[in-house]
Order: sequence, then C-alpha cells, then structure tokens
Amino acid sequence: MAARAGGEAVPAARGRGGAPSFQRKGPPGGSRLAAIAGTRPAVRHGQLLLSTGLPSLDSVLGWCGAGSEEDKYGVYSHLLFKYFLAEGVVCGHDLFVASAKELPTSILKELPAPLLDNCRNEVGEEAAAVKSEDDSMQIAWRYQNLPKMEVNFDISLVSVRIFSLYVTLSARKLKFCVFFLNIAISSILKCVVKHFLLANSNMNCGYARLLQSIQKIIYQEGFDGSHPQKKQKNILRIGIQSLGSMLWDDDICCTENPENAHSITKFLYVLRGLLRKSLSACIITVPAHLIQNKAIMERVTNLSDVVVGLESFIGSERETNPLYKDYHGLIHVRQIPRLNCLICDVSDTKDLAFRLKRKQFTIEVRETVFVPFFCLLIC
Amino acid sequence: MGRSPLKWWLKTERGQLVFLEGLGSCLDVVFGQEQREEDVSDLRALFTFVQAALAPVDGDAWQGRVLLLDELGVLLSLGAAPVAVLDFVHYCRVAVCSRLQGNIVVLVHSNEDSGDKENELLVTALSHHSDLILWAEGLATGFCKDVHGQLKIIRRTSLRPGGERDSLQLYQYKIQERNVAFFARGMSAAVL
Repeated sequence: MAARAGGEAVPAARGRGGAPSFQRKGPPGGSRLAAIAGTRPAVRHGQLLLSTGLPSLDSVLGWCGAGSEEDKYGVYSHLLFKYFLAEGVVCGHDLFVASAKELPTSILKELPAPLLDNCRNEVGEEAAAVKSEDDSMQIAWRYQNLPKMEVNFDISLVSVRIFSLYVTLSARKLKFCVFFLNIAISSILKCVVKHFLLANSNMNCGYARLLQSIQKIIYQEGFDGSHPQKKQKNILRIGIQSLGSMLWDDDICCTENPENAHSITKFLYVLRGLLRKSLSACIITVPAHLIQNKAIMERVTNLSDVVVGLESFIGSERETNPLYKDYHGLIHVRQIPRLNCLICDVSDTKDLAFRLKRKQFTIEVRETVFVPFFCLLIC
Repeated sequence: MGRSPLKWWLKTERGQLVFLEGLGSCLDVVFGQEQREEDVSDLRALFTFVQAALAPVDGDAWQGRVLLLDELGVLLSLGAAPVAVLDFVHYCRVAVCSRLQGNIVVLVHSNEDSGDKENELLVTALSHHSDLILWAEGLATGFCKDVHGQLKIIRRTSLRPGGERDSLQLYQYKIQERNVAFFARGMSAAVL
C-alpha cells in the first residue's frame, strides 16, 4: 500500500530541452517518513509503503495493494482482507472496518495472529507473559534481529510476518472504528426522498454515509495532518467488504443496466481523493463475478491503484483437474500501481496460483506441467 | 457536473503552469460547507474555467499554449455522458486551437475487447478528430522484461487538403526509472 505522506516526497516533472526526465523534489526516503511503524520508504520515490500482510502478495505487488476482486464464494478474498487488517494491528496502525454483510466487530475478532517461530520459544514465552499493550512492541523487537535483506521484492523483506489462521489476535488493544450499514426502513425512506430532491441522483446514500464517516475519522484523528500536535503520525488502514453488493443498496449486481451505474465509481473517485490527502490505505473486496456490466468493472479497475483477482476452484471443473491439484485457485493481477514514478517493481511471472495450507495462505508461481503429445513428422 | 473533477495542466512557454487537480478539488465539493449548486448535465463550468485560465492578459506575448487533459475516461465514470465530453473537447478545440493557436493533448484508455461502449465511442470520435495519435499498447506476444510495449505514431495527413494517406510509424519502448527508451522493432538493447 502506498500512503501519501502529505506530499513531501512528490517528484516533480522538469522537462526543459532534451529528453524529459523526472527528478525528486526532496531527499528520497527521509528519516521523518520512516518513523511510522510498519512502513518503509520506497527506494524509487520515497513514498511510504505498507505490507499487505502476506509476504508472497507483497513480492508480487511490491509492497502495494489496494483492491481485491472477490472470488466466487468470498472465501479467499475475506482471508486477504483479514491479513491486511491483521498486519495493521501488529504494526500499531489504526483500523477502520466497513461492512454491510457482517458486524465489523466480529470481523475484528477473527483476525489471524502472527505465527511465532519455534527457535524463538524462550522469547515467545516472555512476550506472552507481558501485558497486552506491549504485544506489538515485543513482536517488532524480535523481528529487528533478522538480517536486513536486499530490497528486490522477492522474498524476505525487513519485517516479514506470517499470520496463522488458527490463532486470532486479541481484540483488547485494537484501536479501530467501524461502519456497519444496516438499512432499516426509515433510512430507506430517507434515501428515496433524497433521491427525488436532487436534480441528478447522487451516489447512493450507503456510499455517501460511508464517505462521510471515513472523512470524519481522517479529519478528527489528524490523518490528513489537520491536527499535527494532537498525536504522533500513524497510518489508517481502511477495509471495506463487498463493495457493490446489494447489501450496500447498490443494484449493479442485479442487472446489466443498473440505475445507479455511477454510484460506485463516484464513491471510488472521492475515496481515492481522501486517501491521497491522508496517511491511509484501503483494501476493498468487490464481488466481480456478480457485476454483470463489464464497463463498470473496467472503470472500477481504472480508478484503483492495484487490483488483484481471485479465481477459486471451488465448485468449478478445475477442482478435480489434476493440473491444479496442489492449488486452491488462481491469482490474476489486473492493475499494478505506478504512483509518482514511471515504473514499479513487480515480479516477472504472471502465472500465479494460491493455496491454503493448514495455517497459511500462500501465493506461488504455478508450475507448468508439460503434457506429452504425439507428434508425427512426415518428410 | 458543477465544478467537474479532472486533472489539468496548462503550460506556457515561460514555464508557468496552471494546475487543476480534480481529486483534491472534489473533496471540497463533496465535503465542503458551502451550498452546492444544482447538478448540471454538461461540462460548461469546466470549459469556462479553461477559457478563463488560458485567456491572454494585456501585455502578454504568450505563444504555444498547451492544454493537457488527463484522463477523459474519468469524466464518464463520474456520470458525464459521452456527448457532453465530446462537446467539451470541441469547445476547447475552438478556443485553444483555432483562436489561440495552441495545442491540446488528451489521454484516454482503451481496450481491444472492452465492454465499456461509452468509452470506446469517446475514443473513436476523438481519434477521428485528432491530427496526431500516439497509441501505446502491450506486445501482442505477451509480457516481456526488456520490451514493455509498442508505440504507434499515426499522423493524420488524410485530414489535410490533398488527402494523403495517414502515415504510421511503429516503435517499441522500455520504461526505465526516470525515462522511457524508444527503439525500432527488434532493436532492443537486450537483443543487440
């Protein structure tokens, strides 16, 4: 995830005679930017980068991630969603969770905890005995002892965390805000009235309320730099579940010609503006398989920094196909970020699959299997 | 659209820049305290802004005004009709190209098998009216580490009196950290 750090390290375009080139406005990285826990300044453009919570996804996307298409039954996208939030908890970031499907507090209760290494058992026992508010400090301290690896986005970044799906994070010290859209009859009525009052229908009221809520938190907690003395700089990780589904009062999943065709794109545009102006990053899961209008999905992709599609094999013929027996689904990287630079670091391989082992979700390069074929040469 | 959000650069030869960033401006519109004006279906207000920003001031000897529009597909995502966007571009052409002898550069996205018919309509219409088309796309053979894509340069000489055929040039490119290297097909540094 790339979070804008108040525009301090934005490169400026200077093209005077000769080949155009981009120069950095200020010193790259900068110790001020690296002071926020759980972030790392990018080598190229000094912007802050966050981890998605999955080392293998970080290596594919280069420590960036913003959006994810939901797989058919929402099983795996929900896992990525939780990894992203769990990484935020461990780094001490603030969380904002929005959902129209299940209570955000129940999502937060199920966040995976980081897997502790066996050889660090002694230290692990000490840490477990310490009070909960020191948990994240202990974990960070342990990982400081890892050798610093070369930044080539392959494997083994400075702070690599592997989350276990069997152990959940304690919610005691979580600092979070939640938004749960529970459409009651009275609020539907209010939305209908509002719709008729406006000349052109605005984005739907569920999205509008969510935007207001996010903007309020960003402003009040000072993520946009509006209250600089109030607290130390921190990152806000926002998670929005199943955007575009009917539960958000959107009809793009019901029909090919929805009435609210522009609601979701307007929402994403304004959300992007909010993220650019603050120290925050957002993961959104979208049920792409339900959206019948291809144009909307293309526009959503163009409005996102990163888009990752998850194609699970559940219920499809590939589930029993021997070629895919080691995997649970395929990963399609549809959009990669190019923030403030011409090029970005991504892996060279595009043929990626994922599997869910007992405790971990991993993304791997799909092994090519050569199927022997019969060839007849006639001279 | 009221104050329509879009990113703009208006550059003159002196290196002056008038910049309207839609992402930032839209936050003021959506969350601002002031009374919002009635939504309108065309982009008149946007054109008024362009015209005002580019208007020559007394004593100015500006030449070579350039209007950069990045990117028009966003206007469609925000609810503008393709016709409204095309009208807007047409008005800008009259104001910038005909009256001020300037140039306009427009960026649009397009896919071969795109399902976005409105966007494709926009791209087709703009292509017909353009004097020069720079078309960057990935290689037909797929991803390559050393050659990131190819650039088609189409000069619309057929639009000029005389009616010659359009000229087409093809280059391949590799994007580097601060620059883009262009070379003829098959002449990438990795091959030579």
